[in-house]
Order: sequence, then structure tokens, then C-alpha cells
Amino acid sequence: MRGCLAIYQREMLILRKKFFRQTASMSVAPLLYLIAFGLGMGQGVSIGGRTYMEFLIPGLVAMSSMTQAFAIAGEINIARFYWRIFEEFQAAPIRNIAYVTGEVLAGMTRALLSVGVILLIGLISGVVLHYGVFFWVAVLLNSFVFASLAVCLAMLVASHADQALLTNFFITPMAFLGGTFFPVDRMPPWAQSVLNFLPLTHAAHAIRSSAFQQPADPYPYLLLAGIGTVLFVLAFWCVNRAKE
Amino acid sequence: MIQIDKLTKKYKSAHALRGVDLHVEEGELFAYLGPNGSGKTTTIRILTGLAYPTSGDAWLHGFHVISETLEAKRQCGLVPQTLNLDHELTVVENLNIHGKLFHMKRRERAARIDELLDYVEINDRRNSPVKQLSGGLKRRVMVARALMHSPRILFLDEPTVGLDPTIRRRIWSLVKKIQQKGCTVFLTTHYIEEAEFLADRVAFLNEGTIVALDTPRALMARLGSWALDKIVDGDMETAYFKDREEANRHIETQKGSFSLRRVNLEDVFISVTGKKVQP
Repeated sequence: MRGCLAIYQREMLILRKKFFRQTASMSVAPLLYLIAFGLGMGQGVSIGGRTYMEFLIPGLVAMSSMTQAFAIAGEINIARFYWRIFEEFQAAPIRNIAYVTGEVLAGMTRALLSVGVILLIGLISGVVLHYGVFFWVAVLLNSFVFASLAVCLAMLVASHADQALLTNFFITPMAFLGGTFFPVDRMPPWAQSVLNFLPLTHAAHAIRSSAFQQPADPYPYLLLAGIGTVLFVLAFWCVNRAKE
Repeated sequence: MIQIDKLTKKYKSAHALRGVDLHVEEGELFAYLGPNGSGKTTTIRILTGLAYPTSGDAWLHGFHVISETLEAKRQCGLVPQTLNLDHELTVVENLNIHGKLFHMKRRERAARIDELLDYVEINDRRNSPVKQLSGGLKRRVMVARALMHSPRILFLDEPTVGLDPTIRRRIWSLVKKIQQKGCTVFLTTHYIEEAEFLADRVAFLNEGTIVALDTPRALMARLGSWALDKIVDGDMETAYFKDREEANRHIETQKGSFSLRRVNLEDVFISVTGKKVQP
């Protein structure tokens, strides 16, 4: 447990040192999407009886919690390939579960911070939704899935450049196609089938439903918890592999 | 105490270690020398839990490095070849995180940090971000960090590489001081004079095999006491002699320029590995 806290506290120390830079950079993309899609293209558009801005904010919460949780992979890679601090962790008497848990918690914390930024931007834009327990559970599960994925991939890649490729091929398409900017049920059936394979589609659905105070559907929650658990366990194996 | 039995490490295309057997006594300062790629760092990586061996066993103070890895890791501190400090964090923060990784309590950490920063003489830079420190200071922080949890064995992998001679000598004094406190020191270095000055015993590793192991004095005595260097067709050739008289008798029969000097550990290195020392 102490090992896990040490890993987590190290990430938090680094985050604290660049807090303003980090928060500002977290705000840029959502702000641009809000201006371009919300205020620009979305004016006068309504989806399911809601304004496009109201539709967009939960989508951005899902997207941003995904990207920021996944961004822990970048920090791990810098520690591993650039500063070589990963070796310091590997030489310490801590189990792989402590390392993985510390990094996943750090990724989830970053995700929560980015969600706070979006909700603040939403509030300033006059969008007030319901942010109850189901909303936060969905956010946490989404960030758990992508922080665990981040640890796995950060351990498998051979260089920092490979990590950027993975982000371009998996995270960026998911950010745009996972129900962030448009309702997936308006897509053709074949496209819906494909998009249902993306965890973000289910996260966006759960986050949006809870923000709109619709009855909670357990399926996306269970699915995200299942995927997150599998990836979390896989991350232990990946840490061992990275050792070699 | 370090015990290594028939340790091998095979990578896809090459053998890094070929059945290394070694015993290092408690409190000994042991130098592990060899040309680039001879397996020095691989040995340290296996002993410190950073890599798995292909076969063979190793124990640190009786704890097996694989089956009792957490206990084995508690026995040792590591100063790796490449700088691996958190550059965004301060000196104290780096040491503090290390202490937490080794399950030290808050008060224990604070006291040990004060003690170590005095010990390596960088207390005045305790709150400086590591990125603002010179190479020599960073090395000292790494030594302090490795000693943070009071290890019984300290692994130093090329601890003075890239440092100027003055700083290098300060690190040497520090290493001697650490040994005098009862810590076993396992050192790899390319600076042969470093091993000659510091080590109680020296092992030469070549292509994954230990080819010579003894005290520096005994290893040098195997060659003789005096060495005569002579340039022949652009290559330096060295002849070894038991004593000065024998060397002088040989010189009388020689033409051209040559130099007579004492045998050193570098001569042993070249004779057992067949390679010159590459800094």
C-alpha cells in the first residue's frame, strides 16, 4: 500500500508543480469544441429535446476523462525512456500491483481534474446539468478503463514515439466517434454496431443519461467495470514484460 | 554478502552471461571490470531485480533475488550508470519518494535525509530542483538516494562516468566512507585506476565469463612488477618483468624509444581480456 502511495504521490507532486500549465492545457481542446461545435455549428440545434450545448457537455466530460486518464501513459513513458525513473521503481521492494494501482489512480485524478475544468466551462456557458452519484461513477469507471489501458500500452511500447502513434490510431478516433459530438443511435445500423465496440460510446451514454437524470441503465456501468478490471489485471503482466 | 551460482543471461542473439560464479564477502569493496558488453551491467540488473536470469541463482544476504525478490531488494541500493533522478522534483523530494518506496516512516525519512545530505555535502542544495544541479552533484544525490534506506549492499554501476577528475576523487572518498560504515560495495567502472585505488578484490569479466578474480596486488603480481612499453610498427607492445634489474637488462638489448613503468591493473585488464580500456 505504501508503495502504491509513493507512486501516486510522485505523480501528484509533478502534477502540482505544473498545475497551471496542465489545467490550462486541459481547457484548450474542450473550449475549442464548445466554441466550434456548441456555439458555432450547434446554435439552434436540439437533440432529444435538449440544446446542443447540453448534449455536448456530457460528451466532452466523457472524452476529456478518457484523454486525460490515458495521458498518464505519456508521463510513464517520460519516466521510463527519458528520465529512466521506472528503474528506480523496479529496484524498490514494491509489487507490480502497487505500481499499477499508483499510476492508474494518478491517471484517474488527472481525469477528474479535467472533468472539473469542463464542468466549470459549462457552468460559465450557462449549462447546468445533474451531476449526481451515477454521473461520477460513470466518470470514474471511464477513467479507470483508460488509465489501465494507458499503463498497459506504456509498458508495451518500445519508444515514446510509438505511444504517440497509439494515441493517434485509437484515442483520437474514439474521441470523435464515441458519442461525444453526435448521438450514436442516429448512425446507420452497421456504424452503430462498430461504435458499440468502443468503451467511450458506453461511457458517453452513461454519463449523458445520468446528467439528464434519465433512469440508470446498469449495462454500460457493468461493461466499463469489466473492461477496466481486465485491463488492470493485464497491466501487471505488462509491467513484468517491461522489466525484460 | 553476495552469492552468485552459475548465472546465465541469454538475449535473442547473444549470451550476456555464461555461468558466472561469484562470492562477495560482507563489508568488501568489490570491483567488477570488463570491456563494453562483457555483462557487468546485466549482472547488476539481475542482482537488483531489474532483469530475470535465464538460469542460475543469486542471493543477497541469503535472500534469493527471484523467489524472495522484495526482501532481496531491501538489502541493496543501486546507483545506475545513467542518471535517473526526477528532474522536476527537488533533491529532498527525490529522497523522500525513495524512502516511501522503501516503506520508511515520515520521521525516519526526515532524519535520514538530513543525515545523508550532510554526508554527501549537498545540504545547501536540498531544495533545488534536480535539473539545476551539475553532473557531479546529481551523482552525489544518486548516491544519497541509494543509501536512503540504509542498504547492506550498494551497487555502483559506473558511478563516476563523465565526471571531471576532482569530482571523481570526491566520489571515491565517499565510496570509501560508505565501505568503512560496513556496507558491501559492488562497483563496475571503466576507470581502472578507480578499481585499483578502491577495491579489496577485482573480477575481470569477458564475454560473460569471469576470467580473473583476486586482489589488485595479486592480479598485478601475476604479470610482474615492471612493464616496458614500446611502439612497434605503430602498435604499442608491452613486456613485463619480475624486477627492475631484469627490465634494465632487457632495455640494454633494445633500440628505439620505450618507457619503463610499474605494472598496473590496466595491464591485467588487457592481458586477460585482450582488449584495451575504452573510457
